[in-house]
Amino acid sequence: MKLINHTKVLKHMKPRIISNVFFRLLFMAATIFGLLVLGILLYRVITQGIGYLDLQFLQNIPSRKPEQAGVKTAFIGTIWLMGVVAPVTLLLGVGTAIYLEEYAKKSRFTRFIQVNISNLAGVPSIVFGLLGLTVFVRALALGTSVLAAGLTMSLLVLPIIIVASQEAIKAVPKELREASYGMGATKWQTILHVVLPAAIPGILTGGILALSRAIGETAPLVVLGLPLFLAFLPKSVFDMFTVLPMQIYNWTGRPQEEFQGVAAAGIIVLLTMLIIMNSIAVFIRNKFQKRY
Amino acid sequence: MALQKTTNSFSVQELIQKKKEKKSSNLQVERIIPFLLLVTAIVSVLTTLGIVLTLFAETITFFTKVPIQEFLTAQKWYPFSETQGSFGILPLVAGTLKVSIIAAFVAVPIGLASAIFLSEYASDRTRRIIKPILEVLAGIPTIVYGFFALTFVTPLLREMIPSLEIFNALSPGIVIGIMITPMIASLSEDAMSSVPNSMREGALALGSTKFEVAIKVVLPAAISGIIASIVLAISRAIGETMIVAVAGGSTPNLSWDVTSSIQTMTAYIVQVSQGDAGYGTTIYYSIYAVGFTLFLFTLGMNLLAQFISRRFREEY
Repeated sequence: MKLINHTKVLKHMKPRIISNVFFRLLFMAATIFGLLVLGILLYRVITQGIGYLDLQFLQNIPSRKPEQAGVKTAFIGTIWLMGVVAPVTLLLGVGTAIYLEEYAKKSRFTRFIQVNISNLAGVPSIVFGLLGLTVFVRALALGTSVLAAGLTMSLLVLPIIIVASQEAIKAVPKELREASYGMGATKWQTILHVVLPAAIPGILTGGILALSRAIGETAPLVVLGLPLFLAFLPKSVFDMFTVLPMQIYNWTGRPQEEFQGVAAAGIIVLLTMLIIMNSIAVFIRNKFQKRY
Repeated sequence: MALQKTTNSFSVQELIQKKKEKKSSNLQVERIIPFLLLVTAIVSVLTTLGIVLTLFAETITFFTKVPIQEFLTAQKWYPFSETQGSFGILPLVAGTLKVSIIAAFVAVPIGLASAIFLSEYASDRTRRIIKPILEVLAGIPTIVYGFFALTFVTPLLREMIPSLEIFNALSPGIVIGIMITPMIASLSEDAMSSVPNSMREGALALGSTKFEVAIKVVLPAAISGIIASIVLAISRAIGETMIVAVAGGSTPNLSWDVTSSIQTMTAYIVQVSQGDAGYGTTIYYSIYAVGFTLFLFTLGMNLLAQFISRRFREEY
């Protein structure tokens, strides 16, 4: 007696196997679509911008003539912004992470801080701009200075570095801490000399990612009222300034065709900065991250 | 005799004294540090408080100039007209929803399909190559996407739909969809990867194909994480600013037409910030009222996502 009817099985299996193959291809195509868009985007930006990209472009200040326009003020401005955002977020972010992971007791207040951080990460960036406009630009009378923009951006990217630092601190094994306590070290000595050195690759990676988010953001800075066009460089953190994304936004909005090329050249400069920063982050992660 | 001080001899008493001093200064550090760290942790709470208070206070001021009923029900948003100014938020909300819905139509199928491919079909090696590339896509500044929408997607769409205006809802909607696709793909993939292998193997042993395993076993098991990722991504689309500011236009309207110029809540805030609406004018306060509405929308979506992932989570 034959229990399995071979032809019947084949008849039933065929559509199922075909749909399996079909959907496999469909899912693969969807994934490739994402990569394709990235490719088109980069190709478009490079072909449009490469003609305007030369040493002059980096040295010139913005101009009404497309062929003379440059990113010097915006580029230097972005560096200034990083100079404010990096120390502020590192201090606040790592401090918060250490508090939450090492000191905080499991109380309702701790949970509240944690929930608050994850909600803060979901607030649209433009709302941070409104906060910065009211608090830093107007109430503290900092104007559209490097400091006002830097502090606004720091608050915006704070959740990124807090979460990354928390993960890094959590990954440090308990044995290391216990060995340190066993040698007579106090809690803070243990944190400073054992936990933080072990967690530093993760913290730095998170820090760089936060920083690259900060230099790519435009919306909050538009709300703060940063100038779209600036011909001089800031001399201190209290001076007016502009950044690359603002300059790109300004060029993109102009009606002349040539300025699209200039905007694309600006995008190449911005993306190059971001790629370098991300490569450093990946390098740190791969080189220094220990697995326990 | 114990208090002699020469360079080479030392007294035990002095050493004990020193040790005590060091210990007490250590103790002081131990006491101060947690307090300092708490202060840094409070900053994030203060930020939230600052956002809510700022938006709330300025919105109240706005409502002393424009009645709240007009803000919520009026059908027109003409803030710049001196004589016939009308502040009805609905057209801006309509613009935002239109763009977000288009974005969801692009991002949900592509993002989910990518997630299924990465989690169920792709080899470890493929996944290790593709996931970082998708993360790069998520890390591109939004102004670059705005440029892409205006200079590439809009002209491309205009060749297919001749009646499409230069500024429209379709192009920024599609590009925002592309922007949030990696978010859905990555978060959904995480949710699907955490479904235990024993469930897949059980289904395979019963004769299921891989596709049936993915759709009938993995997808339902990971559904809370998947829906949460979609809600989060749409919340991101609602708050997206530069793409719509560059490619969406500045004509608030209530129609469902996607080919004409629109204005979203975020794009309005940008428009006012760039102009020279003086401090203290009704227009100045209106950006806070719009910002507050936007904040409530995204907060609601984020809380919903958290609720879904907590309430409907399946533990294995």
